[in-house]
Amino acid sequence: MEAYIRGIGNISPQNSWDNADFPGETVLYDNNRLKCIEPDYKEFIKPIQMRRMSRTLKMGVAAAGKCLRDAKVEMPDAIIVGTGLGMMQDTEKFLTAIIDNDEKFLTPTSFIQSTHNTVGAHIAVMLKCNKYNLTYVHDSISFEEALLDSLIRIKEDHSEKILLAGIDELTDDYFTIANNVGFWKKDINGNTDLLNHNSSGSIAGEGASFFIVSGEEQPDNYARFAGVDIFYKPTSDDETENFIREFINSRGLELQDIDLVITGMNGDMVGDNVYKRMQKRLFDKTPTAYYKHLCGEYYTSSAFAAWLGVMILKTQRYPDDIFINDHKPSGPVNNILIYNQNNNTNHALTLLSAC
Amino acid sequence: MSRVVVTGMGIITAIGNNVAENLESLKNRKHGVGPILYLETSHKGEIPAAEIKFSNAELASMSGIDKSELYTRTALLGLIAAQEAFDSGIGKYGISDTKRTALISSTTVGGMDKTEKYYRDYLNNDKYSHFVHTHNCSDSSMKICDHLGLRHKNITISTACSSSLNAISFGARLIKHGLADRVIAGGTDALTKFTLNGFNTLMILDKEHCRPMDASRTGLNLGEGAAYIVLEAEEEARNHGKDILCELKGYANANDAYHQTASSPDGYGPYLSMKGALDMSGLEPSQISYINAHGTGTDNNDLTEGLAIDRIFGPDIPPVSSTKPYTGHTLAAAGVVDTIFSILAIREQLLFPNLNFRQRIEEISFEPIKELKPAKIDHVITNSFGFGGNDSSLVLSKY
Repeated sequence: MEAYIRGIGNISPQNSWDNADFPGETVLYDNNRLKCIEPDYKEFIKPIQMRRMSRTLKMGVAAAGKCLRDAKVEMPDAIIVGTGLGMMQDTEKFLTAIIDNDEKFLTPTSFIQSTHNTVGAHIAVMLKCNKYNLTYVHDSISFEEALLDSLIRIKEDHSEKILLAGIDELTDDYFTIANNVGFWKKDINGNTDLLNHNSSGSIAGEGASFFIVSGEEQPDNYARFAGVDIFYKPTSDDETENFIREFINSRGLELQDIDLVITGMNGDMVGDNVYKRMQKRLFDKTPTAYYKHLCGEYYTSSAFAAWLGVMILKTQRYPDDIFINDHKPSGPVNNILIYNQNNNTNHALTLLSAC
Repeated sequence: MSRVVVTGMGIITAIGNNVAENLESLKNRKHGVGPILYLETSHKGEIPAAEIKFSNAELASMSGIDKSELYTRTALLGLIAAQEAFDSGIGKYGISDTKRTALISSTTVGGMDKTEKYYRDYLNNDKYSHFVHTHNCSDSSMKICDHLGLRHKNITISTACSSSLNAISFGARLIKHGLADRVIAGGTDALTKFTLNGFNTLMILDKEHCRPMDASRTGLNLGEGAAYIVLEAEEEARNHGKDILCELKGYANANDAYHQTASSPDGYGPYLSMKGALDMSGLEPSQISYINAHGTGTDNNDLTEGLAIDRIFGPDIPPVSSTKPYTGHTLAAAGVVDTIFSILAIREQLLFPNLNFRQRIEEISFEPIKELKPAKIDHVITNSFGFGGNDSSLVLSKY
């Protein structure tokens, strides 16, 4: 199962909208909350529509538009979205109205736009796309589940051009709620030294990463998704190790064929140990990177990691500040493994390869 | 590619705590719609719903959980239905190797029942912080996997009211491509103030018992429930000597691409999803013996679904009924609830009636079934349509 990446549209806390000068300088933040650098939406959304749209929806529609344009695709054969939390802004708005007004004087707009499938559905309405439309909503592996569906579809019909996305928005309320349960580090004042704090939690982030994927080989494709798999609650490190080994081997590769591992290390001292233990077991001499200092922690941040991997494969350049060990790629980067996990529960592996 | 069959099922709705009880209610016109008793809402006494008549503590003891306070209602319902599905399709056959058993669940609002209760606390203190994680749609799926000891693929889908049919189709595709040996697929949704008020502001909640497919219909009744089925490849099921409940012959997902909540005037999305599922099954419309309609009771849904049925099947429309008056609209679970009712129709060779029907909708050509009726049922279509124009249909066949 594999798919070529033909188009990209990415809104993130980095300058990822226009990819011409990738990797560029890392955008620095002076707190524990990374916000998307939003593009000028006017190019993609009529002002009259814009008023009713939440930030998530605007980001989704704009990133989808940019992605389709980049791939020169007018009508995708499927729209498949991963989102951990869905439409937080509209959900909070409707929920707050219910609580504040004791279930009276409510208006339907925010309820209508609160369903998790709103981004995929809105894009379908805008494009008049009657095709397959699905939304995956599973914690930190929502994007990988959407990718898995995409790869299966392309195996079923390799001519399909699928609009694939990972999207999550960080609202003020959610930032506060997650802060109250200790998601975000308090002892940090920026995104540059995320891994150097001996504390729990991470920094908050958000993003909208869209891809057009297809089974058709074309000279201007960016890269290729060469596999994805997920698994739940390993009972031991041996099991996790076997899962990673089997994933790589079943794709016809050996461990040493992996030129770069992009981990989901996020500065949380417990969670990061899972990666460190696997690195020691499997990738001691492999260049290993992280990405959450660039985009922050959010449920579909692995979609940002996929964008990063794709750009590295395409340009053979990379940001200097992503490596967590002393190894840097010594030759061409052909295979990138993305490994993201959340509290040692939901684990996901994605293999990206050069075309 | 292997044929995909159903070998187990489990369900809890307002008309029963398991498959047998649901069947008895369907046979005896026993519906579950009535005054709201359990949900703490100011609409009590004003808006009816199809609640499951148990408190969370009672549901917890039914599912063998001793710390009920840590579970959302959505998760508790899910545990009960998934356990029954697991027992009937896997446990009963003494299969202990569940290494390649995937769970594909679905929900529309996840743990909203706790979020709407403790939202102010979430924002201001950490008193109920242990519930914050349960807001995620994945929470109930993870609890079900923990409960059943599943550690393979753990997937959650949310496409509004069509969610669980998409969970079933995706399960079938995982099996066909050899990516799982067995899949437990379905969905769960508890009644919440969030959805009750949401549908109420849209003015599509009937203040009386709903009347799907009837000219006088004025809206839907919300319900709550969970249901799961066990899917596997035909040869895998036969190797274990399993009782095969039916074959999943076709499935399709389309988008109406018209409006976030309203269907297109001619029901193009519903037409596409039924047509797609039929095409995949290789059956002619005339071979379909029963249509279990989405039939929510809203003006818009029943008209456009009816028009789409007319377009595909007219003039010889197979028997049609909506079973929503029994269970209410169980949102993400609706598709799999109706799937189980369709399987029961095949197994029992019985057509279940569409309660409360009196007068045909003028624009459509057919009336739904009014009485329980024995019939030769070989192939059934079931539909689920949702917000965002997400439309899905399945074709289920006698095995």
